[in-house]
Amino acid sequence: MARKHKRNIVPFGPQHPVLPEPIHLDLVLDDEKVVGVIPSVGFIHRGLEGLVDKRDFKEMVYVAERTCGICSFQHGMGYCEAVEQIMNIEVPPRAKYLRTIWGETSRLHSHLLWLGLMADAFGFESLFYQCWRIREKILDLIELSTGGRVIFSVNQIGGVLKDMDAEMLKHFLDVLAEVETEVHEIQKTFMLDYTVQSRTVGVGVMTKRQIHACGSVGPFARASGFKVDMRKLGYEAYPDLDFEPVISNDGDCYARCDVRIREIFQSIDLIRQAAAKIPDSELAAKVKGNPDGECFARIEQPRGEAIYYVRGTGKKFVNRMRIRTPTFANLPGLCEMLKNADYADVPLMILTIDPCISCTER
Amino acid sequence: MAHFFTFAKTALKNLTSKPVTTKYPDAPIDYPARSRGHIEIDIDQCISCSLCVRNCPTECLAVDKNAGTWTINRFDCIVCGYCTVNCPKHCLKVVNGYQKPGTEKQAATYQKSPEVMAAEKAKKEALAKKKAEALKKAQAAKAAKAAQAAEAKKEGD
Repeated sequence: MARKHKRNIVPFGPQHPVLPEPIHLDLVLDDEKVVGVIPSVGFIHRGLEGLVDKRDFKEMVYVAERTCGICSFQHGMGYCEAVEQIMNIEVPPRAKYLRTIWGETSRLHSHLLWLGLMADAFGFESLFYQCWRIREKILDLIELSTGGRVIFSVNQIGGVLKDMDAEMLKHFLDVLAEVETEVHEIQKTFMLDYTVQSRTVGVGVMTKRQIHACGSVGPFARASGFKVDMRKLGYEAYPDLDFEPVISNDGDCYARCDVRIREIFQSIDLIRQAAAKIPDSELAAKVKGNPDGECFARIEQPRGEAIYYVRGTGKKFVNRMRIRTPTFANLPGLCEMLKNADYADVPLMILTIDPCISCTER
Repeated sequence: MAHFFTFAKTALKNLTSKPVTTKYPDAPIDYPARSRGHIEIDIDQCISCSLCVRNCPTECLAVDKNAGTWTINRFDCIVCGYCTVNCPKHCLKVVNGYQKPGTEKQAATYQKSPEVMAAEKAKKEALAKKKAEALKKAQAAKAAKAAQAAEAKKEGD
């Protein structure tokens, strides 16, 4: 007699050790295999987009950058980009370079944070602390240059509020050289260690076709050979910098880890290039009038492509602001990836999309 | 190829190196100059224009022009520094030192000194007097002009 399989639903989250933020997944299990996933979000919805009725378009920069605590700078920058395009404001070149440097610094701290969480997910606590120790140096750089460790608050419509002198830029490069050496050291553990490889190689494989069908973005897509990077669209100072999107073709958790580690080195290289080329100019262009029109701005956040839609009607308050965050785009891919996965691998696989739920729910 | 003991070098280095953490609060923190700790006001420079109040994203500020006070709810303030950007007299600034935690939200009120208040009052009174005088003068001129016009009209008739 054939064995009857009974399907069970196991709730995963919203509180789970592997999740830094709350998302709930109902995992449909057939024995130890996941056969279906039903996600539900909405635990930390704050209604930030609705604040456009109460905060004028200049104050909204501070609201936009509080969408998320990790890619806060890039949220503010994306909103500024959209408003600047509506108002045809030409951002001074130095402000563009400074935004690029801060944007890449925030990518560095986000990826190092993720590497630590990844190490924690497969139970390697000392590696987790090593990653966060290195990240602390990046946070110190951020505090030195902007005054905040998490929220930068240096963006404004038309440019930036703070400058970096040559001495500060040199200090940046010195610290980044140390960070590079230290990341090279921990890279060996992530990439070569037998125990780590047994948890990551061949786990959660996504093909290029699946990634395309699910509309996934960022390192999650690039790890499956999908060459998509919004920085190549040429916003801020990226057209002047020489880089190619980091891709891998394996599509498993190992490849996603590999892509993010190589992106750390790429970000360090981009900051070096930007620091070498940074021109002298004023920090912000003058802003006259109110935004009248609509615009989509697309930027590459640490987790992938983020889209900012802003519609203004010539009044002080913009009519609509909408943020499509990378984690939101990666959720269908996550559900696809979890199908036919082992139950024990689920936490690690969820982590490899680098979920940021506070972004997603805004 | 998979390797073993890839973390051994880092682990051994950690055994012999000093801790990276400091014993706060015994060891003091060295804040960078730009650290956004809290907002400070040079209240005697303030002209009570309320631009900071109008531009605060969290609405944590209040200005009373007549009483000469500036109030900040430090538990609501997000230290974005937008008020300092908008202050025409540059009397607001972001300085080091984070707000200490508390059990309830408390507002801090800053009062202008009596000398500044007296000087402002005197200035206001002088301005009002000047205005009143100017108004009186203008009215007198207007009346004189009207009388002249009426006389001219009479002569013409």
